[in-house]
Amino acid sequence: MTTHRRRSRVRPGARPPLVVLPLAALAVAFLVVPFIALLQRVPWSSLSDRLRDPIVTQALRLSLTSAFSAMGLSLLFGVPLAWVLARTEFPGRSLLRALVILPMVLPPVVGGAALLFAFGRRGLFGGPVFDHTGFQLPFTIWGVIAANTFVALPFLVVTVEAGLRSADRRLEDAAATLGAGRWMVFRRVTLPMVAPSLAAGAVLCWARALGEFGATVTFAGSLAGRTETMPLAVFLALQSDRDAAIALSLVLIAVSLAVLVPLRDRWLAV
Amino acid sequence: MSTSHRLRWGVCALLILAAAACGGDDDDDSAATATESTEAEGPTGSITVFAAASLTDAFGEMADRFEEENPGTTVELNFGASSALREQILAGAPADVFASANTSNMDQLVDAAAVEGEPQVFVKNELEIAVPAGNPGNVDGLDDFGNADLNIGLCAEEVPCGQFGREALANAGVTPAQDTDEPDVRSLLTKVEAGDLDAGLVYHTDVLSSGDAVEGIEVPDEFNVIASYPLAALSASGNAELASAFVEFVLSDEGQSILESYGFMSG
Repeated sequence: MTTHRRRSRVRPGARPPLVVLPLAALAVAFLVVPFIALLQRVPWSSLSDRLRDPIVTQALRLSLTSAFSAMGLSLLFGVPLAWVLARTEFPGRSLLRALVILPMVLPPVVGGAALLFAFGRRGLFGGPVFDHTGFQLPFTIWGVIAANTFVALPFLVVTVEAGLRSADRRLEDAAATLGAGRWMVFRRVTLPMVAPSLAAGAVLCWARALGEFGATVTFAGSLAGRTETMPLAVFLALQSDRDAAIALSLVLIAVSLAVLVPLRDRWLAV
Repeated sequence: MSTSHRLRWGVCALLILAAAACGGDDDDDSAATATESTEAEGPTGSITVFAAASLTDAFGEMADRFEEENPGTTVELNFGASSALREQILAGAPADVFASANTSNMDQLVDAAAVEGEPQVFVKNELEIAVPAGNPGNVDGLDDFGNADLNIGLCAEEVPCGQFGREALANAGVTPAQDTDEPDVRSLLTKVEAGDLDAGLVYHTDVLSSGDAVEGIEVPDEFNVIASYPLAALSASGNAELASAFVEFVLSDEGQSILESYGFMSG
């Protein structure tokens, strides 16, 4: 079945079972109604003034930079990790997988505190680094990227691992029999086969990083222009000025849609 | 075929769960009204108190003592940033009493006619400098908040402790060189406790609640800013009698002594 998987588009006129449509409609309503409610509160008249505020542009730039960086780092380290989890046998592998998934389950604030205890100025690892070099992650954009990567990486690993498990290994074996080295097989056969999961994982990972709040604020702090990302700016604005918070949210939603909509089905058909 | 069966069972299970959840709600309501109607002497039933996060420990004890002294009553507590609680109340959350960490959040509820009667300041809190145990940055006063070489933290301007902190620094003529504007005082304390900040400006009660991980340095009276906490019963309360009884209890000598034992100053 895996061999037919990639081209199985929805046939025109395919009739879904009756029970599917109303449930799907309810799911859509549940997801979309809150956004409509938010749109209805948008202060349209003052919107353009609010969006020209340097706080907004700075926060947006920082959010995009850190979300894309987190995605890049997750691809760099997460794909090899997914491969190890999917393709190798060793004792304690399910424990390792559970550990990798842990940041998805952990309340982000707890994750942020754990990062602080590990990589903070007096942390397990961050302490010696700071003592020798004076470098610290908290209160810098590197801290924001680290926090984003911490919470977003598992999404990529889990998605790519699932892709690797369902990929047809006979193709890899065939390539190897034809004389391709292990790196060649990985690069020319394995990666293209899991391209859809790779794309889906990267998108999930990016989206999670873009909306990240708890771990970021706990680990990296929040300072306008330096570590204050969009979600932090939204949260702070909500404390004093709801209209500003809604305007900021609108920007975040627009940017997310601008990235997610053009991806279309073919990239996400895992 | 087999999948559609499974799907059908899943849907049934969901519907049953949903029905059970709704049924549970109804039971609770009828139980609550039943206890209300069997009034003996004094208020009975249950209320929900929305209180600022800094009141977590003190109001926990407050509610226990109130329930002890008024058998048949239940006080549910919901803690959070005063501004978040304000938003929830304005959106119709089932709250009977609101205790805010500053006056502006309460004033917004007064303006929205969500408050019963006049809010009363029931307690005060003063600012204090929190440093990690051992004071690694050798901080000795507000002046150090202008030192760019230290890791300095404040609360964000948008939250009460951030407003008061900036006022105190302005009183002392210090331009802060902070490395972070934290969204609430707990998150500021976490970083002081972890040693990533050399100093943060928090409330006296927060320093007390942090135990040994944090040391406090007093802010001189001439610069310090006193935070006033207002309290009020809410007009949407379903049990106005119990709500006002709780407000009175907080304002009573007994309520005030509970608050003082947590480091607050009597209102």
